[in-house]
Amino acid sequence: MAKKKEKEAIFTPIGIENGKNGQVEKSVDLPDPTDKSHKDLGLSDDDVINMFEQMFLQRRFEERAMQMYQKGKFGGFLHLYIGQEAVSTGTVHALNDDDDIITAYRDHGWGLMRGVSAKEGMAELYGKATGCSKGKGGSMHFANVEQHFWGGYGIVGGHIPIGGGLAFANKYQENNRVTATFFGDGAVDQGALHETLNMSQLWKLPCIYVVENNGYSMGTAARRHTVNEIHERAKGYGMKSAVFNGMDALTVYENMKEIADEVRKDSMPWFVEIRTYRYRGHSMSDPQKYRTKEELEQYQKVDPVERMKTYLLDNKIAKKKDIEKIQERIEDEVLEAIDFAEESDFPGDEALYEDMFADTPHFHDRK
Amino acid sequence: MAELQFREAIRDAMDEEMARDEKVFLMGEEVAEYNGAYKVSEGLLDKYGFKRVIDTPISELGFAGIGVGAAMNGLRPIVEFMTFNFAVLAADQIINHASKARYMLGGQLNTPIVFRGPNASAGQLGATHSVAYDSMYAQFPGLSVIYPSEPDDAKGLLKSAIRNDDAVLFMESEQMYGMKGEVSDEEDYIIPIGKGKIKREGDDVTVVATGKMYHIAKQAANQLAKDGVEVEIIDPRTIKPLDIELIVESIKKTNRCVIVDESHPFGGLASEVGFLIQREAFDYLDAPVRRVTLPDVNAPFSKPLFDLWLPDAKQVIDAVNTVTYRN
Ligand SMILES: Cc1ncc(C[n+]2csc(CCOP(=O)(O)OP(=O)(O)O)c2C)c(N)n1
Ligand SMILES: [Mg+2]
Repeated sequence: MAKKKEKEAIFTPIGIENGKNGQVEKSVDLPDPTDKSHKDLGLSDDDVINMFEQMFLQRRFEERAMQMYQKGKFGGFLHLYIGQEAVSTGTVHALNDDDDIITAYRDHGWGLMRGVSAKEGMAELYGKATGCSKGKGGSMHFANVEQHFWGGYGIVGGHIPIGGGLAFANKYQENNRVTATFFGDGAVDQGALHETLNMSQLWKLPCIYVVENNGYSMGTAARRHTVNEIHERAKGYGMKSAVFNGMDALTVYENMKEIADEVRKDSMPWFVEIRTYRYRGHSMSDPQKYRTKEELEQYQKVDPVERMKTYLLDNKIAKKKDIEKIQERIEDEVLEAIDFAEESDFPGDEALYEDMFADTPHFHDRK
Repeated sequence: MAELQFREAIRDAMDEEMARDEKVFLMGEEVAEYNGAYKVSEGLLDKYGFKRVIDTPISELGFAGIGVGAAMNGLRPIVEFMTFNFAVLAADQIINHASKARYMLGGQLNTPIVFRGPNASAGQLGATHSVAYDSMYAQFPGLSVIYPSEPDDAKGLLKSAIRNDDAVLFMESEQMYGMKGEVSDEEDYIIPIGKGKIKREGDDVTVVATGKMYHIAKQAANQLAKDGVEVEIIDPRTIKPLDIELIVESIKKTNRCVIVDESHPFGGLASEVGFLIQREAFDYLDAPVRRVTLPDVNAPFSKPLFDLWLPDAKQVIDAVNTVTYRN
């Protein structure tokens, strides 16, 4: 045992099990959702029904994927987006279809919202040739570039400057597209963010940098890994910023729409913190000892999918029967996706050397 | 001898060195309260407290550099990377600073720091999580690179690394952490950096392999023994400094050599060892040296492609059959 001094130098703030200052105060502190109705926001009944369907699809896709993973149907990492679906859903409705989106490895929901079918998504998880990235990427690398979803990336913070680069090219080509770059609270600590924010403000890049603050970076509460309020980082760059509730799709829609409209007008970047929560572990091997059951339950009470369902029912936009029908249809869609993934072929051996080069391929010492 | 898991051997080495020297501390992502992403540092927080077992943000460049500065200023940091695949972000501190500062300043300071963590691939984790970096770091003057294959090597070498007054990269593997092996229970067990080991004796062919590849070589050797081919396995254990003498000695006996290297083929351990063999043992060779490496292709996710990509025992057997003209 090391000798204990009266006052030991301590570096990282101490966490949940060892003291009080590790609690996820920031995430607990969810800003209020919007009190506007979907009509106030310019959304039709069909739009919000659609939002519910999409959120339910993301949820069921991942719940089933988790089951298949546990059955050993596929390997690798599996980071679930469950709990955060309002962010992808509200955002994609707020942006134009040709606005660009890029995100980290927690990317299934984003893919499903941007044209990756449940079949192509599930097949990618299985590493099949029919997957959205031909089985080359797996869970962390969903993408649909044709529909301006530039993919999921596995190096924390690595894709933040790339988001800036997408915006740079849009400005260069004067096409009036907005880029939205999503990353976790953990990625805020990477130097790449600092460099990118500075250049984005300096060069007036039409990009929205969005932190999906889900309270944790793996097993580390936001409070223990980053200082101050995240959204206040923007001040240092003189950048416009916002912080809002990410458990309500309408709130996300309202804010992202206003911000995107403004970016389109003045080509100035934004730094946005969306507060949300991940219900599952960081990935499949996480025992989740860093949080309490009570905390998790508190957030499950504001489940974004349930919330939208209640909204549809309360406002008589859909009847219970309609909802059940939608749910059944999506349940089938996901089950069909599993069949499709299971029945699809793995890539052939020749695929190992495919997709490496756009120009003349070259492989050192290939036998 | 005690039977220990790889992770326990690493932990014991850190534990013993932390107990021995108050200047030694550990920092990295999830090393403290989570007890290590791969439970390598389990129990160290309880024993040494928050001052010496420090959770860092995901700021590889920053905390690697803070480690280098702390090392210059009198401490002996152990910096854990969740994998060396993420240490790419810290490469500036390792390559431009840890390895060069002493020389640039005419020897006025030291950088006694250990960068450690898993290296290379660990199953289907995709292109950005699967690269072997041992050969790359060995390119740079001023760095030692260790990639042990068994718990005993890990313990003795890590203790040496922590006591070394220069920057050392110590590489592990997610897939080896649970692997058990006999570890010397000699008090203060130290293995000098730069000494290889004959892990299996044989007369017919020398196979050079370290880290995870040693186990592939061993599988191949067991298989080949059934066919009457006796493989001598040399585990250099440290990529740099490299124990080329031990390899050359073995080749003088076997006259044939296969190198198994987890890196891509261009300019890696295999190419360097191959070059040195032709220079030092040209007259002893009965066949051109062969190597088994990754192909010059990124890691694919899909299981069958991944299996095709990663060196396996069959490829080693093929190479041995080629150099022994049994093909
Ligand atoms: C550069 C780098 N360092 C470490 C990791 C390992 N890692 C993967 S995800 C993660 C936590 C990231 O948390 P956050 O940014 O909050 O995203 P979330 O997982 O909550 O969506 C860590 C440490 C990595 N992938 N890349
Ligand atoms: Mg997070």
